[in-house]
Amino acid sequence: MRQIIKQVFPKTIPVLAGYLSLGIGFGLLLQSIGYGPGWAFIMSLFIYAGSAQFLAVELLAAGATLVQVALLTFLINFRHLFYGLSMIEKYKGMGIRKFYLVFGLTDETYALLTGYKTPENMSDKTFYFAITVMHHCYWICGSVIGAVAGSLIPFDTTGIDFVMTALFAVLVVEQWKSDKKHLPALMGFAITIAALIIFGADNFLIPTLIAMSVVLLCMKDFLSREEIDDR
Amino acid sequence: MIDKYIIMLTAVMAVVTLLLRAMPFILFDHGERTPKWITYLGKVLPPAIMSMLLVFCLRNISIFEGTHGIPELICVAVAMILHGWKRNTLLSIGTSTILYMIIVQNL
Repeated sequence: MRQIIKQVFPKTIPVLAGYLSLGIGFGLLLQSIGYGPGWAFIMSLFIYAGSAQFLAVELLAAGATLVQVALLTFLINFRHLFYGLSMIEKYKGMGIRKFYLVFGLTDETYALLTGYKTPENMSDKTFYFAITVMHHCYWICGSVIGAVAGSLIPFDTTGIDFVMTALFAVLVVEQWKSDKKHLPALMGFAITIAALIIFGADNFLIPTLIAMSVVLLCMKDFLSREEIDDR
Repeated sequence: MIDKYIIMLTAVMAVVTLLLRAMPFILFDHGERTPKWITYLGKVLPPAIMSMLLVFCLRNISIFEGTHGIPELICVAVAMILHGWKRNTLLSIGTSTILYMIIVQNL
């Protein structure tokens, strides 16, 4: 157990910083419309999706209908539909723990699990499970802290949310170094930026994901010719 | 009454999110054989999605107003160059984030 924490925890520190600060932001916001730490705990435990939970605060305040809630959650979390595709092989043979791993497949968990290799002398199962549990705990802790004492934080945290941007920037470099072919990464940038310009900041993720999948499938013969790095 | 509403909202949000995350497994994770094109997509998507998530984090910077996104671009460049050089995750992320906080808090 101690060995697991020692080897896995350092990899999660950026997410710790990001989830705590984002979670605190969520807890504060929820508190501001009259729902205390208990509700922050319940929402973070069961929903466990950052952008959706921030949206939830707005919807709660506005008294949105449940159909609206379902539709907006679907749109904002649509990207998660694509994450499982990379995890089907990885999660084979996980047994009952698979349900939890699938539930906890956030952006950051997906990014870490596809970006990093399992440390030596540790099983994949242990690594995947440990990362997922730790991330979930950080998120719950952050949101409860935010609801209880977010306004008491003694120093200026403006800009700390950049930690998540930095995490993805670093993981882009990690992927780049371990991939033999850089076309998927470059194409990812090109399509995302094009979609951002065409569809705007609020609506570009779904077109991006669909376009990327179609283009990658069209390039299948080309990209499969050399074995894609097997992680 | 209000308690019931937040419980329902949480339940709906949790179920929709879980269904999205579980859908690939529900559709394609049957026994031994996953369709070849799914396995392929699963392997080539991560680098493309990582690029997408990086752009996603930067989606709200406006090039034509305010700071023109210069602090963000500088700090992303610092993170990537530092990581390409030293390949130490905490160093790359820590340095660029602290730099970013110093810049935006003193503008």
